[in-house]
Amino acid sequence: MTRATRSTAEMIFITLAFVFAGALLVVPLAVIFAFALREGLGVYLANIAEPATLHAIGLTIFTAIIVVPINIVIGVCIAWLVTRFRFPGRQVLITLIELPAAVSPIVAGTVYLFLYGGQGLLGPALQGAGIQLMFTVTAIILVSLFVTAPFVARELIPLMQQQGTEDEEAALSLGANGWQMFWFVTLPNIRWAILYGAILTNARVMGEFGAVSVVSGSIRGQTNTLPLQISQLFNDFNVTGSFAAASTLALMAVLTLILKSTLEAKGGWR
Amino acid sequence: MASKRSKHLLPGFGLTLGVSMLYLTIIIVLPLLAMLLKVGGMGFEEFWRIVASNRSLAAYRITFSSAFIATIFNGALGLLLAWVLTRYSFPGKRILDALVDLPFALPTAVAGLVLVTLFAPTGWYGQFLEPNGFKVNYTQLGIIIAMTFTSIPFVVRAVQPVLEEIQVDLEEAAQTLGATRWQIFARVIWPTILPAFMAGCVLSFARSLGEFGAVVFIAGNLPGLTEIVSLLIFIRIDEYNYEGAAALAFVLLLAAFVTLLLTNALQSWQVRYADRSR
Repeated sequence: MTRATRSTAEMIFITLAFVFAGALLVVPLAVIFAFALREGLGVYLANIAEPATLHAIGLTIFTAIIVVPINIVIGVCIAWLVTRFRFPGRQVLITLIELPAAVSPIVAGTVYLFLYGGQGLLGPALQGAGIQLMFTVTAIILVSLFVTAPFVARELIPLMQQQGTEDEEAALSLGANGWQMFWFVTLPNIRWAILYGAILTNARVMGEFGAVSVVSGSIRGQTNTLPLQISQLFNDFNVTGSFAAASTLALMAVLTLILKSTLEAKGGWR
Repeated sequence: MASKRSKHLLPGFGLTLGVSMLYLTIIIVLPLLAMLLKVGGMGFEEFWRIVASNRSLAAYRITFSSAFIATIFNGALGLLLAWVLTRYSFPGKRILDALVDLPFALPTAVAGLVLVTLFAPTGWYGQFLEPNGFKVNYTQLGIIIAMTFTSIPFVVRAVQPVLEEIQVDLEEAAQTLGATRWQIFARVIWPTILPAFMAGCVLSFARSLGEFGAVVFIAGNLPGLTEIVSLLIFIRIDEYNYEGAAALAFVLLLAAFVTLLLTNALQSWQVRYADRSR
């Protein structure tokens, strides 16, 4: 149906799409930077350099640096397992890894409270041994691992299913050992999908609010991640400071979208 | 040689099985088990008293009705965006396509902060809405808007690949047979994208049920009026009422499980449909 001129319906649909995208997506993004900078660049930089905000930025980056690599390793591991072998319980495993994406982040935080909290399953025993997990950075990392568990695996599973095992079998029959096969054959085939999954994991870890707010205790300068800091600044009626902190995460989000769109244009796996 | 090979041709079964099981047990199974034990230990009467209390019932009503309305809106918007992105070419198309994922990339707390500011009585949107009787902040309308924003991408991303794959010859055949454009959509296109559309709606609904960060900023959190289930759980934890939190978390977990099963069923329907039409 190629037409030289656009039909009326086409014009209406395209206009509507831009109106909605503008009102629901572009304006919200613009308002972040408009409010962060409304008192001038100097105030903006001072807000970012506020010790509690700076600490929150550091903690958020630290959490991502720990969580993203673990997610990559486990994602590859699980994808290899479920796409290369058939075994009883395989479908249960696939459902289990998807579950964290389906539950409310508040539920994610709550289940960890019932495991490591003062009245939790393992909490009292750990406390007896002098280990306190709740309201520490460790709890933030654990709960972040929970909410992002499916992110890398879900990109790899369909891709590896579709690629099949011929390349890997050829490498083995040519005398490669398991690690050589993985390093020189499997990994190059899935590296863009890994990167894609890692970008999504990173965005979620840095932005996680509900789950972290249950387990972190929100101790300023100690266990406050950026989203929690944004919320506290807002509750203190420091709106400009809150938007300044939010602008760092908004930049991360824009960067995520650019990388994602670049990868999609480059790779043919989606 | 080939006959000697066992059913596991490739190496790494033991290693990946061991690592995966250990990791999933520590990170996912054990915490879920801890909560289930808590719920199991409280007895049915106590459990029922909590989940059927007036405050809980009001929270379910607000959460589910808001999620439902948000999903209907996103169903329509998602269809429009998917259609425009697959059928037409126009300047700015790639940017629009990338922008659709913003709600996934933007942290929910930032989304909440932005929405509450936009819809404040003096905000960019609020100054026009409020004088006309549309109060958004601290009302259910605010909850619906927050849920809508955070789940915009689901229907678009579910429908888009299916629309891309519909064979043009089917549509052309219908056209040669004298079908109008509306008939082509209703009889050829709509049945093909229906399973994907439904799957996207279920995902959108599930996300809205669980949304917390964006909603708490804008909802005002009045018990019985703008208190969603996730927030009630959070309040119970704050009050050290762990039974209350566990019982309600169990309800949300159950809802998540149902949506997961529903999505799986819809996806296999979609696969069967695609196979048949090939």
